[in-house]
Amino acid sequence: MPTIKFTYALKRYFPALKDEAAEGNTLDEVLREMETRYPGMRSYILDEQGSLRKHVNIFIDGAMITDRMRLSDPFGGKSEIYIMQALSGG
Amino acid sequence: MQPTILLGTRKGLIAYHQSKSRWEVENVSFEGQPVSIAYADPRNGTWWACLDHGHWGVKLHRSKDRGANWEEVPAPAYPEGEEVKDGVPATTRYIWAMMHGGRHNGSKLWLGTDPGGLFRSDDGGDSFQLVESLWNHPTRKTGWFGGGRDLPGIHSIVLDPRNEDHIHIGISCAGVFETTDGGRNWEIRNKGLRADFLPDPETSVGHDPHILVAAPSDPDTLWQQNHCGIFRSSDGAASWQEVSQKEGPARFGFAIAVAGDDPGQAWVAPADSDGNRTAIKGALCICRTDDGGKTWKECRKGLPQQNCFDIVYRHALVSSGDSLAFGTTTGNLFFSPDRGDTWETLNNYLPMVYSVQFTN
Repeated sequence: MPTIKFTYALKRYFPALKDEAAEGNTLDEVLREMETRYPGMRSYILDEQGSLRKHVNIFIDGAMITDRMRLSDPFGGKSEIYIMQALSGG
Repeated sequence: MQPTILLGTRKGLIAYHQSKSRWEVENVSFEGQPVSIAYADPRNGTWWACLDHGHWGVKLHRSKDRGANWEEVPAPAYPEGEEVKDGVPATTRYIWAMMHGGRHNGSKLWLGTDPGGLFRSDDGGDSFQLVESLWNHPTRKTGWFGGGRDLPGIHSIVLDPRNEDHIHIGISCAGVFETTDGGRNWEIRNKGLRADFLPDPETSVGHDPHILVAAPSDPDTLWQQNHCGIFRSSDGAASWQEVSQKEGPARFGFAIAVAGDDPGQAWVAPADSDGNRTAIKGALCICRTDDGGKTWKECRKGLPQQNCFDIVYRHALVSSGDSLAFGTTTGNLFFSPDRGDTWETLNNYLPMVYSVQFTN
């Protein structure tokens, strides 16, 4: 199972958030599982069409994903998936 | 002290001039238009206005008579076919930095843009060309990304007054790059920085220096207010040391200024954390170090200390002699005649301030 790691910025809205393993063969499945653990969290990361929000980045084993629309970037059972905020605004 | 303060604001270019100890508005140009950078070229006094028209694109204007008359020149443009990344065409979205090219060649100018291109002019700004050596840097397409703006942007161009071919630039997000041959080759200079927002905080590329400046009296001393703290280099950016306060306010922010006569004296404009980006506890303060960042003093006298939400953008805190000035996101403009010990308010009702520069 891949390990999911979250930006500290999301802990403001989901204080119980911690790095943990998650079931799922696609990023979308992983995020749906996270949604069951932290209700409402998926909408912080994806928009209503399922695309990655503009100011959120996801890294798989250190590399930024390339498919922000359909989240099709592959990962393995030992992958580390980082959900990070982009640095926007001021 | 230079007696003019040039402002780029969300609603125009505004120039203040001091005479007989009074600051008066000398010029307002491009009223209603966002001016991302207002720049006065110290070599010839030409004023530049980098415009960010929402509807009509990025434009560039210059004035040789202190804003009385303006002339539009072609804005920097990416060559046909260039891409930010695969499938994303490169177009000039914002001019985020402007710097003269040195006193030996009075016609050279540099511009930094979003989405990450550096441009050079050799004809006094009549035309600008993309610096392809940096644009084609092997790290760009995969290792640079947006910070502060949606796409990568060059916000800092630091020219070494001893050698005009020696330039450091700051990119959000990529980090610091250095050329020693006038822009033909570029080296990454991020050793010692920390990028807490990436899986690998010690990555070679992907840092977010909010602003990069060099000490005029010792150009090998560079300072940066970074997304993850305040950093100083004493070896020309070969290595960086963090000089943030562990507990105090001097940590997160956007702006930094260095004294003209002392490489160890610098000012920052602290903000409350990446997450909030407001004044800390509703109070504005400027922090000053007199010892290269070992200790920081809070300068608050004359600044609002309650119900305040201002922060200071990266180009909006500057020094000149004993004087300091800064403009804020909520349109306040402050001036200090004594290196930050005391402050006076020049205006509470300006548009959001993007850039501040002292000039003659």
